[in-house]
Amino acid sequence: MLAAAGAIVLLVAALIVLAWRRQPAGAKRGGERVWIFGLGLAFPAVVLAALLGFGLVIGERLMPRTAPDILRVGAEARRFAWTFTYPDLPGRRTDGVLHVPAGRPVDVAITTADVIHSFWVPRLAGKLDAVPGHVNVLRIEAEQPGTYQGVSAEFSGTGYDGFAFTVVAHAPDDWAAFMSGNETEARQ
Amino acid sequence: MNALARHRRLTAIWSSRPGWKGLFSTVNHNDVGLMFLVTAFFYFFVAGVLAMLIRAQLATPHSAFAGPEIYNQIFTMHGTLMMFLFAIPAIEGMAIYLLPKMLGTRDLAYPRLGAYGYWCYFFGGAMLLVSLLLGIAPDGGWFMYPPLTGKVYSPGINTDFWLLGITFVEISAISAAVEFTVSILRYRAPGMSLSKMPIFAWYMLVTSLMILTGFPPLILGSILLELERTFGLPFFQVELGGDSLLWQHLFWLFGHPEVYIIFLPAAGVVSTILPVMASTTLLGYRYVVAAAVALAILSFGLWVHHMFTTGIPHMGLAFFSAASTLVAVPTSVQVFAWIGTLWKGRPQLRLPMLHILGFFATFVIGGLTGVMVAVVPFDWQVHDTAFVTAHLHYVLFGGFVFPLLAALYYWLPLATGRARFFRLGEVAFALIFIGFHVTFLAMHFAGLMGQRRRISTYSPEDGWTAINLISSIGGFILAFGLVMVLIEVVLHLVVRHRAPRNLWRAGTLEWATAMLPPAYNFASLPEVDDREPLRADPDLPARLARGEGYLGEPNGMMRETLAVDVASGTPEHHVIYPGNTHLPIVLAAVTGLFFLALLLKVLWVAPLAMIGVAVLAWRWVWVLGRREDAGAVSVGCGLSLPTIAEVDRPPGWWGSVFLLVADATLFGSLLFGYAFLWTIAPGWPPPEWIAPSAIVVALAGVGVALSIIGPFFATRANAGGSNPAVGLALSLAGSAAIAAALVAMLMMAPSPTGHAYGATLLVLGGYGILHAIVVALMAAFLIARVRAGYTSPRRRAEIAILPVWGAYGGGIAVVILLAAYLPVALS
Ligand code: HEM
Ligand SMILES: [Cu+2]
Repeated sequence: MLAAAGAIVLLVAALIVLAWRRQPAGAKRGGERVWIFGLGLAFPAVVLAALLGFGLVIGERLMPRTAPDILRVGAEARRFAWTFTYPDLPGRRTDGVLHVPAGRPVDVAITTADVIHSFWVPRLAGKLDAVPGHVNVLRIEAEQPGTYQGVSAEFSGTGYDGFAFTVVAHAPDDWAAFMSGNETEARQ
Repeated sequence: MNALARHRRLTAIWSSRPGWKGLFSTVNHNDVGLMFLVTAFFYFFVAGVLAMLIRAQLATPHSAFAGPEIYNQIFTMHGTLMMFLFAIPAIEGMAIYLLPKMLGTRDLAYPRLGAYGYWCYFFGGAMLLVSLLLGIAPDGGWFMYPPLTGKVYSPGINTDFWLLGITFVEISAISAAVEFTVSILRYRAPGMSLSKMPIFAWYMLVTSLMILTGFPPLILGSILLELERTFGLPFFQVELGGDSLLWQHLFWLFGHPEVYIIFLPAAGVVSTILPVMASTTLLGYRYVVAAAVALAILSFGLWVHHMFTTGIPHMGLAFFSAASTLVAVPTSVQVFAWIGTLWKGRPQLRLPMLHILGFFATFVIGGLTGVMVAVVPFDWQVHDTAFVTAHLHYVLFGGFVFPLLAALYYWLPLATGRARFFRLGEVAFALIFIGFHVTFLAMHFAGLMGQRRRISTYSPEDGWTAINLISSIGGFILAFGLVMVLIEVVLHLVVRHRAPRNLWRAGTLEWATAMLPPAYNFASLPEVDDREPLRADPDLPARLARGEGYLGEPNGMMRETLAVDVASGTPEHHVIYPGNTHLPIVLAAVTGLFFLALLLKVLWVAPLAMIGVAVLAWRWVWVLGRREDAGAVSVGCGLSLPTIAEVDRPPGWWGSVFLLVADATLFGSLLFGYAFLWTIAPGWPPPEWIAPSAIVVALAGVGVALSIIGPFFATRANAGGSNPAVGLALSLAGSAAIAAALVAMLMMAPSPTGHAYGATLLVLGGYGILHAIVVALMAAFLIARVRAGYTSPRRRAEIAILPVWGAYGGGIAVVILLAAYLPVALS
């Protein structure tokens, strides 16, 4: 995308610079057909069609889809902490740290107890807002076990600066330990 | 009468009162336009200082320069002042100043309205400035999302300053838009058909129509949020049936078109100046106009791209993503038309051209990053990061500030009669260009590295230290360049260095006025039959000064001009403008009292201020008109025309129609909000319904019928020479019946504070009642005018305005009742 954008900028720049090139008097340098219909209409139409197709394909791939082993977790934001719940472990909640299994798709059901926030773990997925009264579902999947930094990415007043959380992706053994309620064994 | 004597006479007629006190009573566009521009640049300066504070804060990690409480005010006010108190008013000022000159006429359609708009801007801006100085400025970000800006999370007065101050200022945008639309359509030089109109006027026409349809959603949103904050009407509180997403929709229904409202006038500037810089004419004039229109229409279908992360369904995302990339097409038509123009002519690197090149480089990049963020998966990553901040500055600074600087250097000699003496401008341009790109190119990368927007500080571990320092250094280079522009303008005003007439050798009519244009612009009005009249006839200015055009003989002390047919530009009416008056500033002050009362929560003053507004508005229209028929008036060149009091479609009729376009958009937004809450908000259907009543329906039915029939009878009676008072009284009774029916309807509605349903009904009903009162006042006014002898079968113009308002008031009453009762009947 960046390369294509760069190429277009260069093309426009070149066309502008070439306008200064002196020409023998009376030479015709492109009329409305070239400038308006060729460059003005046809050129962006082709570029955009390509881009749009690309975007839709990627977007399609990012869509949450039904798969057999999806884990569901809940994420509730409030100023300034995230609380995570685990429907598979009723009554279980963690503050500021979301535990997930590595290598397995996870649906995060995002909502908020006060103002609008946004759930964003840059290395796992794009962001999705926590809107009062609504529940938005974001699909994330951590391929490797490890710790991933997340932040809230919607301005929420003083305190917004440091409004962060962590996602811990567990290897299968650790995850089993977490599920059995034995948190100390689950390595942070 | 020789040219000098004519000049003296016309100056006496058109000038404001002498001295600085004259500014308070002036209604002349030459003054009002410059007042707008000076004030707008003052806010550019203030907001620029705030930008420097932001960059100072972010230059280093763990900055202790400002705490988050203050920092939040700084960036909110930077964005707010730039968008609402700099960009839009600068456009208004430029257009107010230039349009009459370009169109070859003497003033805009409603001189007093222009002055009123200025004073609303002045007082509203002052409110926001005071909040900034007292450290109680808005701090919720320039788009003010509730619930953060609701009473619970923002109990202070900060948010109220924003909601009330901005709404107050927006009065000036709406009045300017009405004024521009009518002026461009009807106040042109004789013979200037639409296809011979200067391209800038086309752009301003499109922009004005966009303001009329783009601003009302924001005004509605601000009203609703302020009602929630002051009276507890829960539009955005999810526990009580509201939805914070409603605000986002209303805001971006405004916010996206806003970007084009800022860009299109700038594009008009480029389309005007660039061909002159290349000694040629614009390539593809028709297609450029078509592209501007297409851009305007498309821009209303894109607002959701600001909400890609709010959980919009997949289909919606795909649609709005595709639509958003589509705007690149009309934009590229314009860009390539400009480049083609350069190829067609012989471009020269004069100072305005440098800024246009700066515009090209910056705006094209901004457009491309815009296309990128229209791609949903990409947006999900960069949304609310510094990348978006960088993108928006490429578009706004590139697409607006560079063209504005080009305009400044291009038209300043016209406004002052002087030429540049010192050559600071080239250096200033280099600093601005380099500084800008260093600042904001760096911010793209900061955003891609994960830096969120609106954070007041970050830590060294984040790894953004170097990039932010670079960006801040760029920011200060940029600021230095802008200060040099300021210095050059001041020097320009101080150093006398006469500019030659028409120094750029342009073809449009503003260069046919004297340089340092007189208050009346043209001693006589030209007959135009070319898109560039001055190129076709370089002798034109002298001929106009000799009085060889229309209205060359001053008539008493009247400020006269001509109104023309919309399409062909054939002269149709003789127009007499009102002269200097304090009414605009007084009306603006009383309007301000209304907003101040709401701000300081002395609520009992608000209705008094409303009554004051009504009284002054009455006076406003009362002072116009005459008690005897004028018949056809000679306007020179052997032509005689009726005056505007003696026509069927007076300026007031045209203004009413376009004002009602804005009004109807506000009403439409309200209905949209109602439907949105009903279908999307959690907590619906409401726990309790309104009780439909046959009596209300019957009463409203009678009212609607009367408010349509009454004005019709009045018009007919007046034309036939009999007394129109009966018809007017019927119209008055009709409005009273509508108001009574709506009050009764509201008495049977559930509590407005218990659920958003009741709150919405209250606003719907209140809207209808307010309009019924306005129509009733108009009917009463006309009855008084008839009795005072201001009407006659010939002097029919005033009565012609009532049917428009009567029909609108009746129409909305029907829709309101349907909206209230139909859902109950269906469920
Ligand atoms: C004079 C040079 C300018 C500089 C150095 C500058 C700098 C900045 C910076 C650093 C921010 C980001 C604050 C943050 O969220 O972290 C910002 C925000 C913003 N700027 Fe500018 N800016 C300039 C001119 C403009 C102009 C000309 C406009 C519009 C006409 C504008 C409109 C905005 C808006 C709307 C925001 C968003 C405010 C918010 O997040 O609520 N700026 N500016
Ligand atoms: Cu947009």
